[in-house]
Amino acid sequence: MTESPALSIEHLVVLYGASVAVDGVSMTADASKVTALLGPNGAGKTTTIEVACGLRAATSGTVRLLGSEPGTRAVSQRIGVMLQQGGLYPTARPLEWLNYLANLYTNHADPSELLELVGIDPSTRTTTRRLSGGEQQRVKLAAALLPNPEFLILDEPTAGLDPLARRNLLEALAARRDSGTSILLTTHQLSDVETLADHVVVIAGGHVIAEGTVAELTGANDAMSFTGPPRLDLARLAGSLPSNFRAEELRPGYYIVHGPPSPQVMAAIATWCAEQGVMATDLAVGRRTLEQIVIDAGSDQS
Amino acid sequence: MTGVTRVRAHAGWELRLLLRNGEQILLMFVIPIALLFALRIMRGGEIGEQVPTVLTVSLIATCFTSLAIGTGFERRAGALKFLATTPLSRLDLLLGKALATGVLAALSVAALAFVATIMGWRPDIDWFGLGAFGILGGGAFAALAVLLAGALRAEAVLALANGIFVLLIVFGGVVFAATDMPPAIGTVVGLLPSAALADGLNAAVTGGTLPAGGLLVLIVWGAAGAVLARRTFSWD
Repeated sequence: MTESPALSIEHLVVLYGASVAVDGVSMTADASKVTALLGPNGAGKTTTIEVACGLRAATSGTVRLLGSEPGTRAVSQRIGVMLQQGGLYPTARPLEWLNYLANLYTNHADPSELLELVGIDPSTRTTTRRLSGGEQQRVKLAAALLPNPEFLILDEPTAGLDPLARRNLLEALAARRDSGTSILLTTHQLSDVETLADHVVVIAGGHVIAEGTVAELTGANDAMSFTGPPRLDLARLAGSLPSNFRAEELRPGYYIVHGPPSPQVMAAIATWCAEQGVMATDLAVGRRTLEQIVIDAGSDQS
Repeated sequence: MTGVTRVRAHAGWELRLLLRNGEQILLMFVIPIALLFALRIMRGGEIGEQVPTVLTVSLIATCFTSLAIGTGFERRAGALKFLATTPLSRLDLLLGKALATGVLAALSVAALAFVATIMGWRPDIDWFGLGAFGILGGGAFAALAVLLAGALRAEAVLALANGIFVLLIVFGGVVFAATDMPPAIGTVVGLLPSAALADGLNAAVTGGTLPAGGLLVLIVWGAAGAVLARRTFSWD
């Protein structure tokens, strides 16, 4: 049995007046998986997310969330959302905010327990505007988790969090995913993606430019890379590797070795470099890092 | 969860936050009552002529100034945008706000009437007129508040809502009746919702003839404000 995706977006176009924010995005987010939406600023990530939440209308294209049109009440009962900017009442206390929201959902978690889970004292009388940025972020997460959502939509959930708070949040999200929640998130913290994402969609300039697992995108199954002085003799390098491997200088001083990575081949590359008296810095599995993918996407976009 | 539950929950939520806010209490209760004392001291004369003036001030403060400023800041905080992702629909939100504003307006009118009665106010109330002008006037100002709050930055809403409030009170036929102004100016001022509300409330509590034209003025302002707000309101 093939499960239909929790979110499917086909040929989504969103125009703001004359400017094109999203220009034909097609993507899916599978059930019980974490899908990460990556891309430079202005790529169209937040707009795509807002259409999925039902906050913004598509100019054209189709979006199905949990089998329905986004924004309907039936769907909004089943999703949890964390917006990038704001989403809290500045003068409200965390517990009263969640207690109010609980009135809106037919099925919801216990507000006090949820606040404890995210590390906010439920009995605090501090109003939201006096909480630190990280604490506000955690209240927003609690609000997103309140409806026991089947689908979580998180726009930069780790922004403004210190490393410990970030790790806790990622662990909480992984636990939700493992108990069946589907998650779509955007982030600029690429280590979050490596830790958590089952599927990555890279968008730039309103288009999807790459899609796959982290390993597929970085080429972790079919390439290795290292940095060294420019203009190494690659024919000789290839000669010292098994015959199905091929070496290439992608940019001056940045080398790719095409072929399935293995400990033996990694060692062979390091040995060959040592014989040349060359320091192979950043010897790594994969063609390029996620960071490089996003940087390349950004320079293509501008 | 029925729509009624959601609307009631939202109205309760707004009331809870509003009634905790010192500025709101000042605007809705303290300023109108202080104004009543000031008018009594400065003008003397009949309290029956001054209470409708102050009732108008109180209704404009609650339904326009307070609602506009509150909504403007909720919008800036992204609170309205977040609520739009929950099962609370836009209609639920608007009805909840309307209910909360109506309750606050009723509370402030009741507080004022209580103080005025102690001070010797003996009104001759036309309940139909009071209800019609109160609801249509409050509704018109609420529509204008939402129009303002949904179109401008929160700081601009704050400045304009306060500025317009003061201008309407002083020059808009509230403290100085439009009928006492030079005819050319008075006719124009009489078309403002503030003057229409003040005249209507005055007639409704002094046993006068209800000004039907004033009701029409309030309906037109309310409808225009609602239609424009529907077109221009931005949730973020």
